[in-house]
Amino acid sequence: MVTSSAVIETVNLNCFFGARHVLKNLNLALRRHEILGIIGPANSGKTTFLRALNRLNGLNPGYSQKGTILLDGQNSQDIGDTALRKKIGIIFALPQVLPISIYQNVAYGPKVHGVARKKMLDEMVENALRKAYLWDEVKDRLLLPAPRLSGGQQQRLCIARTLAVEPEVILYDEPCSGLDPISTAKVEEAMQQLKTLYTQILVTNNTKQASRVSDRCGFFLMGELIELSDTVALFTRPRDQRTDDYVSGRFG
Amino acid sequence: MSRARTTQKIAFAALAAITLIVVAPIVLTILYIVFNGLGAISWEFLSQPPRHGMREGGIFPALVGTILLIAGAMLFSLPVGIFAAVYLVEYAQDNFFSRLIKLSIVNLSGIPSIIYGLFGFTVFVVFLRFGTCILSGALTLAIMSLPVIVTTTKEALEAVPRSFREISLSLGATKWQTVRYCVLPHALPGILTGTVLSLSRAAGETAPILFTVAAFYLPRLPRSVFDQVMALPYHLYVISTQVPNMPLPISFATGLVLVVLVFLMNLVSIVLRWHYRKKKQW
Repeated sequence: MVTSSAVIETVNLNCFFGARHVLKNLNLALRRHEILGIIGPANSGKTTFLRALNRLNGLNPGYSQKGTILLDGQNSQDIGDTALRKKIGIIFALPQVLPISIYQNVAYGPKVHGVARKKMLDEMVENALRKAYLWDEVKDRLLLPAPRLSGGQQQRLCIARTLAVEPEVILYDEPCSGLDPISTAKVEEAMQQLKTLYTQILVTNNTKQASRVSDRCGFFLMGELIELSDTVALFTRPRDQRTDDYVSGRFG
Repeated sequence: MSRARTTQKIAFAALAAITLIVVAPIVLTILYIVFNGLGAISWEFLSQPPRHGMREGGIFPALVGTILLIAGAMLFSLPVGIFAAVYLVEYAQDNFFSRLIKLSIVNLSGIPSIIYGLFGFTVFVVFLRFGTCILSGALTLAIMSLPVIVTTTKEALEAVPRSFREISLSLGATKWQTVRYCVLPHALPGILTGTVLSLSRAAGETAPILFTVAAFYLPRLPRSVFDQVMALPYHLYVISTQVPNMPLPISFATGLVLVVLVFLMNLVSIVLRWHYRKKKQW
Protein backbone atom coordinates (compact mmCIF):
# COMPACT_ATOMS: atom_id res chain seq x y z
CA MET A 1 0.00 0.00 0.00
CA VAL A 2 1.11 3.54 -0.69
CA THR A 3 1.33 5.58 2.47
CA SER A 4 0.66 8.93 0.87
CA SER A 5 -2.37 10.53 2.43
CA ALA A 6 -4.02 11.56 -0.83
CA VAL A 7 -5.73 8.61 -2.47
CA ILE A 8 -6.99 10.68 -5.35
CA GLU A 9 -5.77 14.10 -6.32
CA THR A 10 -7.07 16.20 -9.15
CA VAL A 11 -4.84 18.93 -10.57
CA ASN A 12 -6.53 21.61 -12.68
CA LEU A 13 -9.19 19.19 -13.81
CA ASN A 14 -11.48 20.59 -16.51
CA CYS A 15 -14.33 18.65 -18.07
CA PHE A 16 -16.26 19.49 -21.22
CA PHE A 17 -19.33 18.05 -22.88
CA GLY A 18 -18.97 19.45 -26.37
CA ALA A 19 -18.55 23.17 -25.82
CA ARG A 20 -20.12 23.09 -22.36
CA HIS A 21 -17.52 23.65 -19.64
CA VAL A 22 -18.92 21.45 -16.91
CA LEU A 23 -16.09 21.29 -14.41
CA LYS A 24 -13.68 24.19 -13.98
CA ASN A 25 -10.13 24.00 -12.63
CA LEU A 26 -10.81 21.49 -9.95
CA ASN A 27 -8.02 20.96 -7.42
CA LEU A 28 -9.01 18.49 -4.78
CA ALA A 29 -7.23 15.89 -2.67
CA LEU A 30 -9.03 12.91 -1.21
CA ARG A 31 -7.68 11.64 2.13
CA ARG A 32 -7.44 7.94 2.84
CA HIS A 33 -10.44 6.42 4.62
CA GLU A 34 -12.44 9.60 4.73
CA ILE A 35 -15.97 10.14 3.55
CA LEU A 36 -15.95 13.22 1.38
CA GLY A 37 -19.37 14.77 0.92
CA ILE A 38 -20.08 16.75 -2.24
CA ILE A 39 -23.09 19.03 -2.23
CA GLY A 40 -24.39 21.57 -4.69
CA PRO A 41 -27.41 22.32 -6.83
CA ALA A 42 -28.25 20.48 -10.05
CA ASN A 43 -25.82 20.99 -12.96
CA SER A 44 -23.00 21.98 -10.68
CA GLY A 45 -20.72 19.23 -11.98
CA LYS A 46 -20.94 16.82 -9.04
CA THR A 47 -21.80 13.75 -11.09
CA THR A 48 -19.36 14.70 -13.82
CA PHE A 49 -16.65 14.86 -11.15
CA LEU A 50 -17.44 11.32 -9.96
CA ARG A 51 -17.67 9.92 -13.45
CA ALA A 52 -14.40 11.60 -14.39
CA LEU A 53 -12.69 9.70 -11.57
CA ASN A 54 -13.61 6.26 -12.91
CA ARG A 55 -13.67 7.41 -16.51
CA LEU A 56 -17.33 6.76 -17.27
CA ASN A 57 -17.73 10.21 -18.83
CA GLY A 58 -15.79 8.99 -21.83
CA LEU A 59 -18.76 6.81 -22.81
CA ASN A 60 -20.59 9.96 -23.89
CA PRO A 61 -19.61 11.14 -27.35
CA GLY A 62 -18.26 14.67 -27.29
CA TYR A 63 -16.73 14.46 -23.84
CA SER A 64 -13.24 15.83 -23.30
CA GLN A 65 -11.09 16.49 -20.30
CA LYS A 66 -7.97 18.47 -19.38
CA GLY A 67 -5.81 18.30 -16.32
CA THR A 68 -4.45 15.48 -14.24
CA ILE A 69 -5.99 12.91 -11.93
CA LEU A 70 -3.53 11.17 -9.61
CA LEU A 71 -4.43 7.84 -8.05
CA ASP A 72 -2.12 6.94 -5.16
CA GLY A 73 0.34 9.45 -6.59
CA GLN A 74 0.31 7.81 -10.03
CA ASN A 75 -1.04 9.59 -13.07
CA SER A 76 -4.33 7.82 -13.76
CA GLN A 77 -3.68 8.23 -17.48
CA ASP A 78 -1.12 5.44 -17.13
CA ILE A 79 -3.69 3.04 -15.72
CA GLY A 80 -5.93 1.07 -18.07
CA ASP A 81 -9.70 1.51 -18.01
CA THR A 82 -10.45 -1.85 -16.44
CA ALA A 83 -7.74 -1.62 -13.76
CA LEU A 84 -8.79 1.92 -12.88
CA ARG A 85 -12.47 1.05 -12.61
CA LYS A 86 -11.68 -2.00 -10.51
CA LYS A 87 -9.94 0.33 -8.04
CA ILE A 88 -12.64 3.01 -8.12
CA GLY A 89 -16.15 1.61 -7.85
CA ILE A 90 -19.34 3.59 -8.29
CA ILE A 91 -22.88 3.35 -6.91
CA PHE A 92 -25.43 4.98 -9.20
CA ALA A 93 -28.32 7.23 -8.27
CA LEU A 94 -31.14 4.76 -8.78
CA PRO A 95 -30.51 1.24 -7.58
CA GLN A 96 -29.36 -0.43 -10.75
CA VAL A 97 -29.30 -4.18 -10.40
CA LEU A 98 -28.94 -6.50 -13.34
CA PRO A 99 -32.00 -8.67 -14.06
CA ILE A 100 -30.23 -11.79 -12.82
CA SER A 101 -30.06 -13.43 -9.41
CA ILE A 102 -28.76 -11.74 -6.27
CA TYR A 103 -25.81 -14.12 -6.29
CA GLN A 104 -25.01 -13.46 -9.95
CA ASN A 105 -25.13 -9.70 -9.43
CA VAL A 106 -22.43 -9.84 -6.79
CA ALA A 107 -20.41 -12.54 -8.53
CA TYR A 108 -20.38 -10.63 -11.83
CA GLY A 109 -17.37 -8.46 -10.90
CA PRO A 110 -15.13 -11.24 -9.59
CA LYS A 111 -16.07 -13.38 -12.58
CA VAL A 112 -14.98 -10.83 -15.16
CA HIS A 113 -11.75 -10.48 -13.21
CA GLY A 114 -11.08 -14.15 -13.64
CA VAL A 115 -12.33 -15.80 -10.45
CA ALA A 116 -13.83 -19.07 -11.63
CA ARG A 117 -13.76 -21.41 -8.63
CA LYS A 118 -17.23 -21.82 -7.18
CA LYS A 119 -16.02 -22.03 -3.59
CA MET A 120 -14.01 -18.84 -3.87
CA LEU A 121 -16.90 -17.04 -5.55
CA ASP A 122 -19.29 -18.18 -2.81
CA GLU A 123 -16.92 -16.77 -0.23
CA MET A 124 -16.49 -13.46 -2.02
CA VAL A 125 -20.25 -13.07 -2.49
CA GLU A 126 -20.92 -13.75 1.18
CA ASN A 127 -18.18 -11.36 2.29
CA ALA A 128 -19.40 -8.58 0.08
CA LEU A 129 -23.02 -9.04 1.16
CA ARG A 130 -22.01 -9.03 4.83
CA LYS A 131 -20.02 -5.83 4.41
CA ALA A 132 -23.01 -4.19 2.74
CA TYR A 133 -25.30 -5.29 5.59
CA LEU A 134 -27.47 -7.34 3.29
CA TRP A 135 -26.36 -10.90 4.04
CA ASP A 136 -28.88 -11.64 6.80
CA GLU A 137 -31.76 -10.42 4.66
CA VAL A 138 -30.90 -12.44 1.55
CA LYS A 139 -28.82 -15.44 2.62
CA ASP A 140 -31.76 -17.84 2.14
CA ARG A 141 -32.71 -16.57 -1.29
CA LEU A 142 -29.50 -15.82 -3.13
CA LEU A 143 -30.94 -17.26 -6.34
CA LEU A 144 -33.93 -14.93 -6.34
CA PRO A 145 -33.93 -12.38 -9.19
CA ALA A 146 -32.37 -9.21 -7.81
CA PRO A 147 -35.13 -6.88 -9.07
CA ARG A 148 -37.51 -8.53 -6.56
CA LEU A 149 -35.66 -6.88 -3.67
CA SER A 150 -36.88 -3.59 -2.22
CA GLY A 151 -35.25 -0.36 -3.35
CA GLY A 152 -33.07 -0.08 -0.26
CA GLN A 153 -31.98 -3.71 -0.50
CA GLN A 154 -31.21 -3.23 -4.18
CA GLN A 155 -29.00 -0.25 -3.39
CA ARG A 156 -27.11 -2.24 -0.75
CA LEU A 157 -26.81 -5.04 -3.31
CA CYS A 158 -25.18 -2.52 -5.64
CA ILE A 159 -22.76 -1.64 -2.84
CA ALA A 160 -22.02 -5.34 -2.31
CA ARG A 161 -21.47 -5.75 -6.05
CA THR A 162 -18.93 -2.94 -6.00
CA LEU A 163 -17.24 -4.30 -2.84
CA ALA A 164 -16.87 -7.71 -4.46
CA VAL A 165 -14.22 -6.39 -6.86
CA GLU A 166 -12.24 -5.06 -3.89
CA PRO A 167 -11.92 -1.39 -4.79
CA GLU A 168 -9.96 1.25 -2.92
CA VAL A 169 -12.39 4.07 -3.48
CA ILE A 170 -16.18 3.96 -3.63
CA LEU A 171 -18.10 6.75 -5.31
CA TYR A 172 -21.75 7.29 -4.45
CA ASP A 173 -23.82 9.31 -6.90
CA GLU A 174 -26.86 10.40 -4.89
CA PRO A 175 -27.28 6.85 -3.62
CA CYS A 176 -30.40 7.52 -1.59
CA SER A 177 -32.34 9.75 -3.95
CA GLY A 178 -34.94 7.03 -4.55
CA LEU A 179 -35.04 5.56 -1.05
CA ASP A 180 -37.24 5.99 2.00
CA PRO A 181 -35.72 7.27 5.28
CA ILE A 182 -35.23 3.82 6.80
CA SER A 183 -33.49 2.40 3.74
CA THR A 184 -31.44 5.60 3.62
CA ALA A 185 -30.38 5.07 7.22
CA LYS A 186 -29.27 1.52 6.38
CA VAL A 187 -27.19 2.69 3.44
CA GLU A 188 -25.62 5.41 5.60
CA GLU A 189 -24.86 2.88 8.31
CA ALA A 190 -23.16 0.64 5.77
CA MET A 191 -21.06 3.61 4.64
CA GLN A 192 -19.96 4.33 8.21
CA GLN A 193 -18.90 0.72 8.70
CA LEU A 194 -16.98 0.70 5.42
CA LYS A 195 -14.90 3.70 6.48
CA THR A 196 -12.24 1.58 8.08
CA LEU A 197 -11.52 -0.17 4.79
CA TYR A 198 -12.36 2.22 1.98
CA THR A 199 -12.18 5.83 0.93
CA GLN A 200 -15.59 7.11 -0.08
CA ILE A 201 -17.03 10.09 -1.92
CA LEU A 202 -20.70 10.85 -1.43
CA VAL A 203 -22.43 13.13 -3.90
CA THR A 204 -25.81 14.10 -2.57
CA ASN A 205 -28.62 16.57 -3.10
CA ASN A 206 -29.54 16.14 0.50
CA THR A 207 -27.41 18.55 2.55
CA LYS A 208 -28.58 16.94 5.79
CA GLN A 209 -27.23 13.61 4.60
CA ALA A 210 -23.87 15.18 3.83
CA SER A 211 -23.73 16.72 7.28
CA ARG A 212 -24.64 13.38 8.91
CA VAL A 213 -22.29 11.13 7.00
CA SER A 214 -19.25 13.00 5.70
CA ASP A 215 -15.99 13.95 7.40
CA ARG A 216 -15.18 16.72 5.00
CA CYS A 217 -17.55 18.36 2.62
CA GLY A 218 -17.18 20.30 -0.61
CA PHE A 219 -19.65 22.70 -2.19
CA PHE A 220 -19.88 22.77 -5.99
CA LEU A 221 -21.57 25.58 -7.87
CA MET A 222 -21.73 25.83 -11.67
CA GLY A 223 -18.72 23.63 -12.16
CA GLU A 224 -16.52 25.24 -9.51
CA LEU A 225 -15.48 23.98 -6.13
CA ILE A 226 -16.48 26.95 -3.99
CA GLU A 227 -15.41 25.64 -0.66
CA LEU A 228 -13.99 22.49 0.89
CA SER A 229 -13.57 22.05 4.62
CA ASP A 230 -14.43 19.90 7.61
CA THR A 231 -18.12 19.09 7.49
CA VAL A 232 -18.87 20.73 10.82
CA ALA A 233 -17.08 23.89 9.79
CA LEU A 234 -18.75 24.00 6.38
CA PHE A 235 -22.19 23.78 7.88
CA THR A 236 -21.66 26.03 10.91
CA ARG A 237 -19.29 28.73 9.72
CA PRO A 238 -18.95 28.62 5.93
CA ARG A 239 -16.29 30.95 4.56
CA ASP A 240 -18.10 31.81 1.35
CA GLN A 241 -21.39 33.66 1.22
CA ARG A 242 -22.70 31.32 -1.53
CA THR A 243 -22.01 28.25 0.60
CA ASP A 244 -23.79 29.92 3.48
CA ASP A 245 -26.80 30.65 1.29
CA TYR A 246 -26.91 27.07 0.03
CA VAL A 247 -26.51 25.18 3.28
CA SER A 248 -28.97 27.44 5.07
CA GLY A 249 -31.48 26.78 2.30
CA ARG A 250 -31.68 30.27 0.82
CA PHE A 251 -31.30 28.84 -2.69
CA GLY A 252 -30.89 25.56 -4.54
CA MET B 1 -71.69 14.22 -23.32
CA SER B 2 -74.00 11.84 -25.14
CA ARG B 3 -72.95 13.27 -28.48
CA ALA B 4 -69.35 12.62 -27.64
CA ARG B 5 -70.27 9.07 -26.73
CA THR B 6 -72.07 8.54 -30.03
CA THR B 7 -69.06 9.85 -31.93
CA GLN B 8 -66.88 7.48 -30.00
CA LYS B 9 -69.10 4.52 -30.81
CA ILE B 10 -69.06 5.32 -34.51
CA ALA B 11 -65.29 5.73 -34.45
CA PHE B 12 -64.80 2.39 -32.71
CA ALA B 13 -67.13 0.65 -35.14
CA ALA B 14 -65.26 2.15 -38.10
CA LEU B 15 -61.89 1.11 -36.71
CA ALA B 16 -63.15 -2.42 -36.03
CA ALA B 17 -64.45 -2.64 -39.59
CA ILE B 18 -61.11 -1.52 -41.01
CA THR B 19 -59.28 -4.07 -38.88
CA LEU B 20 -61.61 -6.73 -40.25
CA ILE B 21 -60.75 -5.67 -43.78
CA VAL B 22 -57.08 -6.18 -42.95
CA VAL B 23 -57.58 -9.64 -41.49
CA ALA B 24 -60.27 -10.98 -43.81
CA PRO B 25 -58.16 -11.68 -46.95
CA ILE B 26 -55.57 -13.58 -44.93
CA VAL B 27 -58.14 -15.66 -43.12
CA LEU B 28 -60.08 -16.34 -46.34
CA THR B 29 -56.93 -17.35 -48.21
CA ILE B 30 -55.88 -19.74 -45.49
CA LEU B 31 -59.38 -21.20 -45.20
CA TYR B 32 -59.53 -21.65 -48.97
CA ILE B 33 -56.20 -23.45 -49.05
CA VAL B 34 -57.10 -25.67 -46.10
CA PHE B 35 -60.52 -26.44 -47.53
CA ASN B 36 -59.18 -27.42 -50.96
CA GLY B 37 -55.90 -28.99 -49.91
CA LEU B 38 -56.58 -30.90 -46.70
CA GLY B 39 -58.16 -33.81 -48.52
CA ALA B 40 -54.97 -34.56 -50.46
CA ILE B 41 -52.71 -34.52 -47.39
CA SER B 42 -51.65 -37.95 -46.26
CA TRP B 43 -48.52 -39.64 -45.00
CA GLU B 44 -47.84 -40.81 -48.57
CA PHE B 45 -48.13 -37.25 -49.82
CA LEU B 46 -45.47 -36.10 -47.36
CA SER B 47 -43.14 -39.05 -47.70
CA GLN B 48 -43.24 -39.95 -51.44
CA PRO B 49 -41.66 -38.27 -54.43
CA PRO B 50 -43.93 -36.94 -57.19
CA ARG B 51 -44.88 -39.39 -59.93
CA HIS B 52 -46.43 -39.39 -63.40
CA GLY B 53 -45.29 -35.96 -64.45
CA MET B 54 -45.92 -34.71 -60.92
CA ARG B 55 -49.64 -35.30 -61.24
CA GLU B 56 -49.53 -37.98 -58.58
CA GLY B 57 -47.42 -38.94 -55.59
CA GLY B 58 -46.06 -36.60 -52.98
CA ILE B 59 -43.73 -33.73 -52.28
CA PHE B 60 -41.07 -35.38 -50.13
CA PRO B 61 -37.99 -34.15 -52.08
CA ALA B 62 -39.31 -30.58 -52.18
CA LEU B 63 -40.04 -30.61 -48.46
CA VAL B 64 -36.56 -31.91 -47.66
CA GLY B 65 -35.04 -29.37 -50.06
CA THR B 66 -36.77 -26.45 -48.43
CA ILE B 67 -35.79 -27.58 -44.94
CA LEU B 68 -32.16 -28.01 -46.05
CA LEU B 69 -32.12 -24.58 -47.67
CA ILE B 70 -33.50 -22.92 -44.52
CA ALA B 71 -31.02 -24.72 -42.28
CA GLY B 72 -28.18 -23.75 -44.61
CA ALA B 73 -29.30 -20.14 -44.81
CA MET B 74 -29.52 -19.98 -41.01
CA LEU B 75 -26.03 -21.39 -40.65
CA PHE B 76 -24.61 -18.50 -42.67
CA SER B 77 -26.86 -15.60 -41.81
CA LEU B 78 -27.17 -16.06 -38.06
CA PRO B 79 -23.52 -15.56 -37.02
CA VAL B 80 -22.79 -12.97 -39.70
CA GLY B 81 -25.95 -10.96 -38.98
CA ILE B 82 -25.56 -11.03 -35.20
CA PHE B 83 -21.89 -10.12 -35.19
CA ALA B 84 -22.42 -7.33 -37.72
CA ALA B 85 -25.17 -5.89 -35.52
CA VAL B 86 -23.01 -6.20 -32.40
CA TYR B 87 -20.27 -4.31 -34.19
CA LEU B 88 -22.62 -1.59 -35.41
CA VAL B 89 -24.27 -1.05 -32.03
CA GLU B 90 -21.45 -1.60 -29.57
CA TYR B 91 -18.23 -0.80 -31.35
CA ALA B 92 -18.68 1.35 -34.46
CA GLN B 93 -18.25 5.05 -33.91
CA ASP B 94 -21.09 7.26 -34.91
CA ASN B 95 -19.78 8.92 -38.04
CA PHE B 96 -20.82 9.44 -41.63
CA PHE B 97 -19.51 6.05 -42.73
CA SER B 98 -21.28 3.99 -40.05
CA ARG B 99 -24.50 5.93 -40.61
CA LEU B 100 -24.23 5.20 -44.33
CA ILE B 101 -23.85 1.50 -43.58
CA LYS B 102 -26.86 1.49 -41.25
CA LEU B 103 -28.96 3.27 -43.86
CA SER B 104 -27.86 0.84 -46.57
CA ILE B 105 -28.83 -2.14 -44.44
CA VAL B 106 -32.31 -0.75 -43.92
CA ASN B 107 -32.62 -0.13 -47.65
CA LEU B 108 -31.33 -3.60 -48.52
CA SER B 109 -34.36 -5.18 -46.87
CA GLY B 110 -36.53 -3.40 -49.46
CA ILE B 111 -34.77 -4.86 -52.49
CA PRO B 112 -36.99 -7.24 -54.52
CA SER B 113 -36.07 -10.88 -53.99
CA ILE B 114 -35.54 -11.50 -57.71
CA ILE B 115 -32.56 -9.12 -57.51
CA TYR B 116 -31.07 -11.28 -54.77
CA GLY B 117 -31.71 -14.28 -57.02
CA LEU B 118 -29.81 -12.70 -59.88
CA PHE B 119 -27.02 -11.61 -57.56
CA GLY B 120 -26.71 -15.13 -56.14
CA PHE B 121 -26.69 -16.57 -59.64
CA THR B 122 -23.95 -14.22 -60.80
CA VAL B 123 -21.73 -14.53 -57.74
CA PHE B 124 -22.19 -18.05 -56.40
CA VAL B 125 -23.29 -20.04 -59.43
CA VAL B 126 -21.19 -18.39 -62.14
CA PHE B 127 -18.31 -16.46 -60.60
CA LEU B 128 -17.46 -18.80 -57.71
CA ARG B 129 -18.40 -21.82 -59.86
CA PHE B 130 -20.52 -23.51 -57.19
CA GLY B 131 -23.07 -24.28 -59.90
CA THR B 132 -26.79 -24.49 -59.19
CA CYS B 133 -26.73 -26.27 -55.86
CA ILE B 134 -27.80 -26.16 -52.24
CA LEU B 135 -24.77 -24.08 -51.27
CA SER B 136 -25.57 -21.35 -53.80
CA GLY B 137 -29.24 -21.32 -52.87
CA ALA B 138 -28.64 -21.27 -49.11
CA LEU B 139 -26.10 -18.45 -49.47
CA THR B 140 -28.51 -16.45 -51.60
CA LEU B 141 -31.32 -16.90 -49.06
CA ALA B 142 -28.89 -16.02 -46.27
CA ILE B 143 -27.90 -12.77 -47.97
CA MET B 144 -31.54 -11.96 -48.52
CA SER B 145 -32.41 -12.45 -44.85
CA LEU B 146 -29.31 -10.64 -43.53
CA PRO B 147 -30.73 -7.09 -43.58
CA VAL B 148 -33.72 -8.10 -41.47
CA ILE B 149 -31.56 -10.11 -39.07
CA VAL B 150 -29.09 -7.23 -38.67
CA THR B 151 -31.90 -4.72 -38.17
CA THR B 152 -33.81 -6.76 -35.58
CA THR B 153 -30.62 -7.69 -33.74
CA LYS B 154 -29.62 -4.03 -33.74
CA GLU B 155 -32.98 -3.10 -32.24
CA ALA B 156 -32.76 -5.87 -29.65
CA LEU B 157 -29.29 -4.69 -28.61
CA GLU B 158 -30.37 -1.06 -28.44
CA ALA B 159 -33.33 -2.06 -26.27
CA VAL B 160 -30.94 -3.30 -23.56
CA PRO B 161 -30.73 -0.39 -21.12
CA ARG B 162 -27.57 1.69 -21.23
CA SER B 163 -27.27 1.28 -17.49
CA PHE B 164 -26.47 -2.43 -17.92
CA ARG B 165 -23.39 -1.48 -19.90
CA GLU B 166 -22.38 1.17 -17.38
CA ILE B 167 -22.74 -1.25 -14.46
CA SER B 168 -20.57 -3.80 -16.18
CA LEU B 169 -17.91 -1.31 -17.28
CA SER B 170 -17.87 0.37 -13.86
CA LEU B 171 -17.00 -2.98 -12.30
CA GLY B 172 -13.92 -3.12 -14.49
CA ALA B 173 -15.22 -5.43 -17.19
CA THR B 174 -13.80 -5.03 -20.68
CA LYS B 175 -15.95 -3.95 -23.56
CA TRP B 176 -16.20 -7.48 -24.91
CA GLN B 177 -17.05 -8.96 -21.49
CA THR B 178 -19.75 -6.35 -21.18
CA VAL B 179 -21.23 -7.26 -24.56
CA ARG B 180 -20.87 -10.99 -23.98
CA TYR B 181 -22.22 -11.25 -20.43
CA CYS B 182 -24.30 -8.13 -19.88
CA VAL B 183 -25.85 -7.21 -23.24
CA LEU B 184 -26.17 -10.25 -25.52
CA PRO B 185 -28.00 -12.49 -23.01
CA HIS B 186 -30.64 -9.83 -22.51
CA ALA B 187 -30.99 -9.18 -26.23
CA LEU B 188 -31.16 -12.85 -27.20
CA PRO B 189 -34.97 -13.25 -27.18
CA GLY B 190 -35.38 -10.32 -29.56
CA ILE B 191 -32.58 -11.59 -31.77
CA LEU B 192 -34.08 -15.08 -32.00
CA THR B 193 -37.58 -13.86 -32.80
CA GLY B 194 -36.32 -11.57 -35.55
CA THR B 195 -34.12 -14.27 -37.00
CA VAL B 196 -36.81 -16.92 -37.11
CA LEU B 197 -39.29 -14.52 -38.65
CA SER B 198 -36.87 -13.47 -41.38
CA LEU B 199 -35.98 -17.09 -42.17
CA SER B 200 -39.62 -18.09 -42.28
CA ARG B 201 -40.07 -15.45 -44.92
CA ALA B 202 -37.10 -16.85 -46.80
CA ALA B 203 -38.72 -20.31 -46.68
CA GLY B 204 -41.52 -19.13 -48.93
CA GLU B 205 -39.43 -17.22 -51.45
CA THR B 206 -39.25 -18.50 -55.01
CA ALA B 207 -37.19 -15.89 -56.83
CA PRO B 208 -33.88 -16.27 -54.94
CA ILE B 209 -33.81 -20.04 -55.47
CA LEU B 210 -35.05 -19.96 -59.05
CA PHE B 211 -31.61 -19.69 -60.69
CA THR B 212 -29.45 -20.82 -57.83
CA VAL B 213 -30.69 -24.21 -56.67
CA ALA B 214 -34.23 -25.25 -57.48
CA ALA B 215 -34.72 -28.32 -59.66
CA PHE B 216 -37.79 -28.68 -61.88
CA TYR B 217 -38.10 -32.38 -61.16
CA LEU B 218 -35.56 -34.34 -59.12
CA PRO B 219 -37.08 -37.18 -57.15
CA ARG B 220 -33.87 -38.42 -55.48
CA LEU B 221 -32.48 -36.72 -52.41
CA PRO B 222 -29.25 -34.67 -52.55
CA ARG B 223 -26.00 -36.31 -51.50
CA SER B 224 -23.89 -33.18 -50.95
CA VAL B 225 -24.24 -29.40 -50.79
CA PHE B 226 -23.21 -29.30 -54.43
CA ASP B 227 -26.39 -31.11 -55.52
CA GLN B 228 -29.56 -29.51 -56.76
CA VAL B 229 -32.79 -29.98 -54.83
CA MET B 230 -36.46 -29.35 -55.34
CA ALA B 231 -37.99 -26.72 -53.10
CA LEU B 232 -41.61 -26.22 -52.06
CA PRO B 233 -42.25 -22.69 -53.40
CA TYR B 234 -40.73 -23.47 -56.78
CA HIS B 235 -42.43 -26.85 -56.96
CA LEU B 236 -45.73 -25.13 -56.28
CA TYR B 237 -45.02 -22.65 -59.06
CA VAL B 238 -44.13 -25.46 -61.43
CA ILE B 239 -47.16 -27.65 -60.79
CA SER B 240 -49.51 -24.68 -60.85
CA THR B 241 -48.33 -23.20 -64.14
CA GLN B 242 -46.18 -25.64 -66.07
CA VAL B 243 -48.01 -28.95 -65.76
CA PRO B 244 -51.17 -29.34 -67.83
CA ASN B 245 -54.14 -31.20 -66.31
CA MET B 246 -52.69 -30.89 -62.81
CA PRO B 247 -55.16 -32.13 -60.19
CA LEU B 248 -55.98 -29.05 -58.12
CA PRO B 249 -56.01 -30.71 -54.67
CA ILE B 250 -52.31 -31.55 -55.00
CA SER B 251 -51.46 -27.91 -55.71
CA PHE B 252 -53.49 -26.76 -52.76
CA ALA B 253 -52.04 -29.42 -50.51
CA THR B 254 -48.51 -28.32 -51.48
CA GLY B 255 -49.44 -24.75 -50.64
CA LEU B 256 -50.93 -25.91 -47.36
CA VAL B 257 -47.71 -27.71 -46.38
CA LEU B 258 -45.71 -24.56 -47.14
CA VAL B 259 -48.07 -22.41 -45.08
CA VAL B 260 -47.93 -24.85 -42.17
CA LEU B 261 -44.11 -24.92 -42.37
CA VAL B 262 -43.94 -21.12 -42.14
CA PHE B 263 -46.55 -21.11 -39.40
CA LEU B 264 -44.55 -23.64 -37.38
CA MET B 265 -41.45 -21.45 -37.63
CA ASN B 266 -43.42 -18.43 -36.47
CA LEU B 267 -44.83 -20.53 -33.67
CA VAL B 268 -41.29 -21.33 -32.54
CA SER B 269 -40.52 -17.63 -32.43
CA ILE B 270 -43.71 -16.88 -30.49
CA VAL B 271 -42.94 -19.60 -27.94
CA LEU B 272 -39.37 -18.35 -27.57
CA ARG B 273 -40.53 -14.80 -27.01
CA TRP B 274 -43.14 -15.90 -24.52
CA HIS B 275 -40.65 -18.04 -22.66
CA TYR B 276 -38.11 -15.24 -22.33
CA ARG B 277 -40.64 -12.55 -21.54
CA LYS B 278 -41.57 -14.45 -18.41
CA LYS B 279 -37.98 -14.13 -17.28
CA LYS B 280 -37.54 -10.53 -18.36
CA GLN B 281 -37.18 -8.25 -15.39
CA TRP B 282 -36.71 -4.69 -16.49
